[in-house]
Amino acid sequence: MNQKYMLPLAGVFLLFLLAYAGVEGVGLQWLFGIVIPYLAVIAFIYGFVNRVMCWAGSAVPFRIPTTCGQQKSLPWIKQNRIDNPDTAIGVFIRMLFEIFLFRSLFRNTKAAFNRDENNKLTYSWEIFLWLGALAFHYGFLVVILRHLRFFLEPVPVCLTFLEYLDGIVQIGLPGIFLSGIVLLAAALFLLARRIFDAKVSYISLAADYFPLFLIIGIAATGIAMRYFTKVDIVGVKEFTMGLVTFHPVIPPGVGGLFYAHVLMVSVLFAYFPMSKLMHAGGIFLSPTRNMANNTRAKRHINPWNYAVDVHTYEQYEDHFREKMIEAGLPVDKEE
Amino acid sequence: MSRNAIVAGLTVFVIVALFPFWFNIGRTNAAPEAELSAKAKAAKKCVLDKYDMRANHMSLLDEWRDTVVRDSKRVYKSANGKTFGMSLSTGEDSCMGCHVDKEKFCDKCHNYASVNPYCWECHTDPKEVANE
Repeated sequence: MNQKYMLPLAGVFLLFLLAYAGVEGVGLQWLFGIVIPYLAVIAFIYGFVNRVMCWAGSAVPFRIPTTCGQQKSLPWIKQNRIDNPDTAIGVFIRMLFEIFLFRSLFRNTKAAFNRDENNKLTYSWEIFLWLGALAFHYGFLVVILRHLRFFLEPVPVCLTFLEYLDGIVQIGLPGIFLSGIVLLAAALFLLARRIFDAKVSYISLAADYFPLFLIIGIAATGIAMRYFTKVDIVGVKEFTMGLVTFHPVIPPGVGGLFYAHVLMVSVLFAYFPMSKLMHAGGIFLSPTRNMANNTRAKRHINPWNYAVDVHTYEQYEDHFREKMIEAGLPVDKEE
Repeated sequence: MSRNAIVAGLTVFVIVALFPFWFNIGRTNAAPEAELSAKAKAAKKCVLDKYDMRANHMSLLDEWRDTVVRDSKRVYKSANGKTFGMSLSTGEDSCMGCHVDKEKFCDKCHNYASVNPYCWECHTDPKEVANE
């Protein structure tokens, strides 16, 4: 047992119970369904913008792209234009790969001692973090896009098509959506990695576990509502449409599980700007990724540089000319 | 990255994040009300309670399909004492025997919630067929 994951786990359980008991016991639907979601949206937007503007204000004194390929050099040496870009287009393509395919994570390696008498340190390619992260992020993206059906009326055809593709296996009724399963499985994998891999566990903090537990809780309550306990979906859409048209209503008969789901989503959004989840915005501002490696072609001046008084050789000679001549040293100008 | 690029990116982010809000300006949240046929109104009681029916009817139909196909049982005894034919569209005591109008009953909510049930890949709506 480790307080670094026990505390966040307890926190997520507490959030769940808070909403569930608040709705089922005290009838606080208006608080968990209306007040908190609106506050969460405000906190998310304001916090996100604030955090990014704060980053934008910090100086970037050096050009520090990390590169993984041949730099632009002599004409007969082939440059790696994407992994070592020297133009804006190259940087753009590199960022696209980074944002959509997590290219640098793809190169993830692990270091371990060989388990034999040599006991040699070897590095090996470790692809599972990349696979898990990719599955998690894309699963989550599809889930969020699918949820737009609750916020748009009429539902656009592209969303209907996405739902069709997501539910193409047609298992059960209501049919299984693959994205939800992928999201939950990938989040559980990422959690298991943090708990069972000793090296990752050592560097994991409560702030790493909390969003994972929260997302697992969100996925679990969502899946429970869709496939097991069931909820009046028309009532739910009336509720969500009420929120986005600023005429909030509380649907009759929708129970605590739904409000627990909504509270956890609200907490995730409100927590987003002050957490490590801000890597979503931060990836765009990574100086090691978003800069062109053209330091040999272009001069970059540190904005922190102040004017330095330079003592040139001419000044030096003017200063010591007589003494230099006396000592027999050569001088540029005799007088 | 230049400050202008960051501000432009943030503007796009805010517009995208608030999409459901500005997209729905001037719209209402009125949910459609499924219209009950005269027969359904007179019967008063459906297979389950109203809320259960709204939330659970798809699972019920799924169970019915398996029961009919695998065990050839065709009569469902409801908790409220009534019996129903376990069929979507065959017979007076089937679902559509009472809820005769697919468009006014099924489709209204399904379209609203963007649910596209595959019932109609095998079953037909007798009315739609007659109109063609």
